[in-house]
Amino acid sequence: MEYINIFIKSVFVDNMIFAFFLGMCSYLAVSKTVKTSAGLGIAVTFVLLITVPVNYLVNKYLLAPGAMAWISPQLANVDLSFLSLIMFIAVIAAIVQMVEMIVEKFSPALYNSLGIFLPLIAVNCAVMSGSLFMQERAYSNMGEVLCFAAGSGVGWFLAIVAIAAIREKLRYSHVPPALKGVGITFIITGLMGLAFMSFMGIKL
Amino acid sequence: MPWSKNNPVTVQVLGICSCLAVTAQLKPAVVMAISVTVVVALSNLIISLMRNTIPPRIRIIVQLVVVSMLVVLVDQLLKAYVYDVSKQLSVFVGLIITNCIVMGRLEAFAMSNPPLPSLCDGIGNGLGYSIILIILGFVRELLGSGTLWGYPVMESLGFYNFGYENNGLMIMPPMALILVGIIIWIQRTRNKDLCE
Repeated sequence: MEYINIFIKSVFVDNMIFAFFLGMCSYLAVSKTVKTSAGLGIAVTFVLLITVPVNYLVNKYLLAPGAMAWISPQLANVDLSFLSLIMFIAVIAAIVQMVEMIVEKFSPALYNSLGIFLPLIAVNCAVMSGSLFMQERAYSNMGEVLCFAAGSGVGWFLAIVAIAAIREKLRYSHVPPALKGVGITFIITGLMGLAFMSFMGIKL
Repeated sequence: MPWSKNNPVTVQVLGICSCLAVTAQLKPAVVMAISVTVVVALSNLIISLMRNTIPPRIRIIVQLVVVSMLVVLVDQLLKAYVYDVSKQLSVFVGLIITNCIVMGRLEAFAMSNPPLPSLCDGIGNGLGYSIILIILGFVRELLGSGTLWGYPVMESLGFYNFGYENNGLMIMPPMALILVGIIIWIQRTRNKDLCE
């Protein structure tokens, strides 16, 4: 039950885009058609599902205060948490590179559909913040971390597909010329954010 | 002119993520603006000094390492001197690393220009970002909670006696998006050539 709760919460209540505005840059740049934005959404979910658990292990066994006690008792009071930013981004960059090579090798079809988006994801704030929120909210075991990562990814996917669909329809409507393009996208995202706020307080 | 015609937020549409989440009050907005300006300027300078020795294939990783080193420094400084604000900013200081302004300027400018212009470009873009952040912080704090920098402006002017109420919507995150949309609208109405 706890797991479902975390999943639902990170999809709707703590939605990466509508509640925290994370990953906005690629969200605004790529959301012109539904097809490409679905591709990017899947890629982000995929990368989140791999990087967040790995960073959880890195945090638990290397960075948190006293985490290195399992190597030798002398290291029990070493606190490396100030290194977590560098470690997380290094892990993310390395994993994105690795995922790209593995996918290219074993599933060329998937690679062709994700291809361009994979390298972009290394600098997507949604991925980085997945790891940082994981550290800040102190999830206690692997299951919770996985649910959180999956939920955040699905939430991001939903958001980008929704805005892309709206933008496709919007092309046929009259928008003031000064507001066309980026301006109206901002305002629509704001309104969608308001709509998503009605999910606040849902608890299973 | 990175602060008006080529503003990183409203024209290049970079660095939106952090810009919206930290502006519910003026103080964190100003702190965030200063940190981002420092990081952009210094990382532009450093990458520009190293630009001839970085192999193009691994440049993203080199850039990330330089930027994250600077961000860790800023993060520790904030924790030491303004602990309450750094608590409020939470993960957003760390997210300067993946802030698109930083990476965007490194890729677009610092990799192909000498150190001094790069430093100026970094400062200019940082200022452009700061202006938007400060406008947003000012409007949202004044209308949302009736204070400025923690000082109760609306109360001391006596507006509450006339039945004035704070606009709670302003503090909520979606309002920041709508405000940015309005800023873009105003700016493009004045500069017709920016329209799409």
